[in-house]
Amino acid sequence: MLSVENLAISFGGLAALRGFSVEVAEREIVALIGPNGAGKSTVFNIVTGLERPASGRVTFLGKDLLAMVPHAIARCGIARTFQNTEVFRQLTVLDNVLIGCHAHLSAGALRGALGLPAVGREEAAARETAHALLARLGLDDHAGVEARALPLGLQKRVELARALAAEPRLLLLDEPAGGLNPTETRALMGLIVRLRDERGLAILLVEHDMEFVMSISDRVAVLNDGRKIADGKPGAIAADPGVIEAYLGREDD
Amino acid sequence: MRSLTLAMGAAGLLLWPWAAPRYFVFLASLIVVNAIVAIGLNLLSGYTNQLSFGHAGFLAVGAYTAAIVATRAPGAPVVVALLAAALVTALVGLLLGVPCLRLEGLYLAMATLAFGFVVVEAILNLDGLTRGNDGLRVPAARLGPWALATDGARYYLVLVVGAAMVWAALNLVRTRTGRALLAIRESEVAAQASGIHVARYKTLAFVISALYTGVAGGLFAFVVGFLSPDAFDVFLSVDFIAMIILGGLGSVPGSMAGAAVLTVLNDSLAGFQNYRPLVFGAILIASMLFMPGGIASAARRLRAPLAGHPRVAPGSRPGPE
Ligand SMILES: Nc1ncnc2c1ncn2[C@@H]1O[C@H](COP(=O)(O)OP(=O)(O)OP(=O)(O)O)[C@@H](O)[C@H]1O
Ligand SMILES: [Mg+2]
Repeated sequence: MLSVENLAISFGGLAALRGFSVEVAEREIVALIGPNGAGKSTVFNIVTGLERPASGRVTFLGKDLLAMVPHAIARCGIARTFQNTEVFRQLTVLDNVLIGCHAHLSAGALRGALGLPAVGREEAAARETAHALLARLGLDDHAGVEARALPLGLQKRVELARALAAEPRLLLLDEPAGGLNPTETRALMGLIVRLRDERGLAILLVEHDMEFVMSISDRVAVLNDGRKIADGKPGAIAADPGVIEAYLGREDD
Repeated sequence: MRSLTLAMGAAGLLLWPWAAPRYFVFLASLIVVNAIVAIGLNLLSGYTNQLSFGHAGFLAVGAYTAAIVATRAPGAPVVVALLAAALVTALVGLLLGVPCLRLEGLYLAMATLAFGFVVVEAILNLDGLTRGNDGLRVPAARLGPWALATDGARYYLVLVVGAAMVWAALNLVRTRTGRALLAIRESEVAAQASGIHVARYKTLAFVISALYTGVAGGLFAFVVGFLSPDAFDVFLSVDFIAMIILGGLGSVPGSMAGAAVLTVLNDSLAGFQNYRPLVFGAILIASMLFMPGGIASAARRLRAPLAGHPRVAPGSRPGPE
């Protein structure tokens, strides 16, 4: 459903991506791994419209994403989380999730200001959906708390809840397990697999935790220095000499 | 408890002209006018993080529009003058908001500051309409056969319009649009990733903010009865900013509280014009140091333990589900 072809981009002379391609199919969990600075987050930023590549193509369900602005891309059914958690810090957890519902609500400013009954019904339904989502992610006790008051692990979960509230077809997760303890990480792995199985989501994720990547991914793509050096089933990737070298080479630095 | 307080507050507001001396009735009208401006400014600056030093300009546009309509169409009901003030000012807000999309922070502050100066210059130059420096006398507001010629009558006009504006603002901030504005303040990238059309909502914030300030300007014209350009200088814009900082950025009740406190203070310092900036500055600094989040969040902190809302997160639960 997502097809990324031959992306190239550079930042002030530094080539961050040099001809990178990857595909994500329906109901597929694809992991994107690689050393720091390999260009993984840059791929996410291009897919979500935050960065514009010098060349390449990105299509999602037949639409050309490079011709679209970020909020329109989100409305096509792509939701994401950020490597450096971007929760709405001074808003409550519930409001964070309700903002995730934005594209599915219809009340404009005038109808909202007039407090029409239809708006009230829509709000009530949205709140119900949001509370159900919070309950599912174990955040229901925190609904009324400002996001900044939560520990990082919970903030990441709020960000995930906000992304899910948008009811995406494709979810992009940038280091979802970063900063989580082993218990939280295991719970997150179970959740991601269930999202695929129950909601039929496709998921593209970036993660440094190899156990995490190898146990839940259907496919792993390895990025090194802006180029894809391997793409295949987790087992094959773990044994790939090129991949091992890229990772060992990184430890030599 | 809460509805009792509200009912007593409403009764107090309704009976005010019967209990208070004339001047205090006038002062109460001014508080409501400033509260409407503060709500409008807060929607732009406190909710959407677009700082404006030009709201005296919007107030002037609204005031002169209403005054000119009332002068040229003497029989027209006050509603027409106020609607004209709202629409013209909202249009000006749109025309200012679109180019301001490219600006943030200091540059946006400078652009809005310049807007305020431009409005005053325009009033001076369009003296055929505005009578420039001579000032413009505003005829009494008319409601059908009645002229609202007393402070009490004008107070009730301001109160009714003000109540409607407050009610609409409270509705707005509790629904989708209000949340979209807050999302933009908190993180533009995350707002976009949630499907929010950031440019559209930033412009909308300008339009709504201008509309509120325009209505307030129209009411202001009828309350004071006489307009001259020097009443709309940059210090007035700074007063409005002080109101929302003291009251609380991102809070409608806070905007009203800030407007009330500073309007009364401004009035009591009327005899000491030279010390006014000093006192205002001291209050602002003290409120930012000791009451971050303004009156609104101080009130929330006082209420929170009683209502039992946890403000600090309890310990993390083990995991999803
Ligand atoms: N907006 C930007 N401006 C300048 N340089 C950038 C920008 N974004 C990314 N880069 C650079 O591009 C390269 C790839 O960055 P990217 O964030 O995609 O790496 P990553 O694979 O996500 O790394 P990490 O594992 O550390 O998150 C890095 O050298 C980074 O410094
Ligand atoms: Mg990264």
